[in-house]
Amino acid sequence: MSQRIVIDPVTRIEGHAKISIFLDDEGQVSDARFHVTEYRGFEKFCEGRPFWEMPGITARICGICPISHVLASAKAGDGILAVQISPTANKLRRLMNLGQITQSHALSFFHLSSPDFLLGFDSDPATRNVFGLIKADPELARRGIRLRQFGQDVISYLGGSKIHPAWATPGGVRTPLTEEARADIKARLPEAFETTRIALDLFKKLLDKYGREAHIFGNFPSLFMGLVGPNGVWEHHDGTLRFVDSSRNIIADNLQARDYQSFIGEAVEPWSYLKFPYYKPMGYPDGCYRVGPLARLNVCDHMGTPQADKELSEFRSASGAVNSSFMYHQARLIEILCALETIEILLDDPDIMGDRLRADAGVNQLESVGVSEAPRGTLFHHYKVDRDGRLEFVNLIISTGQNNVAMNRTVAQIARHYVRGPKVEEGMLNRVEAGIRCFDPCLSCSTHALGQMPLEVDIVSADGEVIRRIAR
Amino acid sequence: MAVKTLTIDDKPVSAREDQTILEAAREAGIGIPTLCQLSGVANLGACRLCLVEVAGVPKLLPACVTLVQEGMQVFTNTERLREYRKMIVELLFAERNHVCAVCVANGHCELQNLAIAVGMDHVRYSYRFPKLEVDTTHEKFGIDHNRCVLCARCVRVCDEIEGAHTWDIAGRGAKSHIISDMNVPWGSATSCTSCGKCVQACPTGAIFKLGATVAEQIKDRTRLDFIVTAREKKQWVG
Repeated sequence: MSQRIVIDPVTRIEGHAKISIFLDDEGQVSDARFHVTEYRGFEKFCEGRPFWEMPGITARICGICPISHVLASAKAGDGILAVQISPTANKLRRLMNLGQITQSHALSFFHLSSPDFLLGFDSDPATRNVFGLIKADPELARRGIRLRQFGQDVISYLGGSKIHPAWATPGGVRTPLTEEARADIKARLPEAFETTRIALDLFKKLLDKYGREAHIFGNFPSLFMGLVGPNGVWEHHDGTLRFVDSSRNIIADNLQARDYQSFIGEAVEPWSYLKFPYYKPMGYPDGCYRVGPLARLNVCDHMGTPQADKELSEFRSASGAVNSSFMYHQARLIEILCALETIEILLDDPDIMGDRLRADAGVNQLESVGVSEAPRGTLFHHYKVDRDGRLEFVNLIISTGQNNVAMNRTVAQIARHYVRGPKVEEGMLNRVEAGIRCFDPCLSCSTHALGQMPLEVDIVSADGEVIRRIAR
Repeated sequence: MAVKTLTIDDKPVSAREDQTILEAAREAGIGIPTLCQLSGVANLGACRLCLVEVAGVPKLLPACVTLVQEGMQVFTNTERLREYRKMIVELLFAERNHVCAVCVANGHCELQNLAIAVGMDHVRYSYRFPKLEVDTTHEKFGIDHNRCVLCARCVRVCDEIEGAHTWDIAGRGAKSHIISDMNVPWGSATSCTSCGKCVQACPTGAIFKLGATVAEQIKDRTRLDFIVTAREKKQWVG
């Protein structure tokens, strides 16, 4: 008889989820699913609010990446005002996003995922966490925590608080960078660089040991999407969207965020609160694409900073895109390096200390789409307002959601390799979870939506017949 | 003018006969929490936060509209009053949709400060979650009825200081709400002079400058008092 193994909850991710693994008569994995079990409702309850409030409200979607929402929302707001923000405001927003990328990637790598590589996928689950890491390698753990703190402090210097600063507003930003903050960020950069270098070298060494994992953790061809800047440079705030395929052929370029509905579709499955976006021209599920660090490194032509460019050329396979989701980890570290190099450049930019921060305008457009690259991938905020600026429609397309199809494929791929029959070692199940951790999913973000979502449990026999359905 | 002597919280106090218990208490350095009271405009007794106990009077009296009397024994901080005040603040929170975290007045809100002052750590009543509108039709300001506590400060400053009388209260009981002119959108209220006094007067984030984001709406209520003092005392005239 067919059986189902459940991993609930999935640990060391942001949010709540479970994984179901379906077994056939022989006890072989027939399928696996990643269910997102939390539910929010932001798109609905924001209706009627003035759009000026949206950066502050949507920041509350997430405590890990509030900045991504603040920025995408402020950009959507810029569109409603129909203003071009000042160079200072733009550079300050970019600086904050780089702080955000640094802190979030440091959290993902050091706090959440490194216990798997450094302590071992099969090590005791009781200590396979950041506390175990602190015990095993206190210096590395301390460095990781301090790197995250550095990113958080960049955010806090600008926004006044580490989480949920409603600092970017439609039309610009609220407060400038102080001379004291600039000096402190600058003084702390060398340590941040050093930590990132240590982590990169460590991860590259570990790749020899975890060759098998790297080979089967979500290693499949798919599309990749991300923002790119002028001349195809790595981008996180401005620029246009690009899709590449698994061989890094550009299949669509110079796409504007405001046209996202023409190239992104959203499918719904009854077994998850998370929608399944796909590249529309290829349909669902063939149009599966990945976003986030791996995707950004696959879509861009170069990083735009010397150290990160050197790492990128080492990272890239000769034959096209890097397709293993395990490599998200390395991509994350390269992005931290690039973020730090870019912060260094920005701090010396004459515009950064400017005091023209916020454009003032009324409602000039009734519809707008804002986009930013969140640590986990491309984030869209789409608003429609009435002539007085009250929201009539909100659609948020979240990075983790766009990786949903890929995460499900990853889970199934890992389960097929490691799970044999109902008696499964804990370390094997941890690998299935670790597959999800590659994407550093943020489920609090991705389940912001309101929609019809019946909860259903299917028990599926080996011949595909639904033998029992539990629904509510 | 005759002077009355009384005790407030057992402290002997003297006050002019036209003074209220609230004024006498404040002069004596005794704090009584208030919400609808605003220096420069008439007292209304709407919020009931300043209720005090007076010896020999069975009911509680609002200190802002009760005049002092000879020999009065006033108690401002009894267990019973503390409990009622907390209850009033909880009811205010339960009545409409106050979401401090994303409010323009967060950190500068009199309702929020009161909740802290009375020790409100949770609300014992079911929230009503009424569906209320945000009016952003005015070119400079907005009013979010979700955050309104019906203190009528806006009504009074507009009427008594600006002399426009744009604001009023319509409806009864739980259906009471602030309206502009004859219940038209604020942007269409022809009596409004866009002076912004109601913005400064509003104790919460209900009336705000358009474009304000979280915690950005800081209000300066001393300006209202300043205008009234300047107008009445005319210290710079002649």
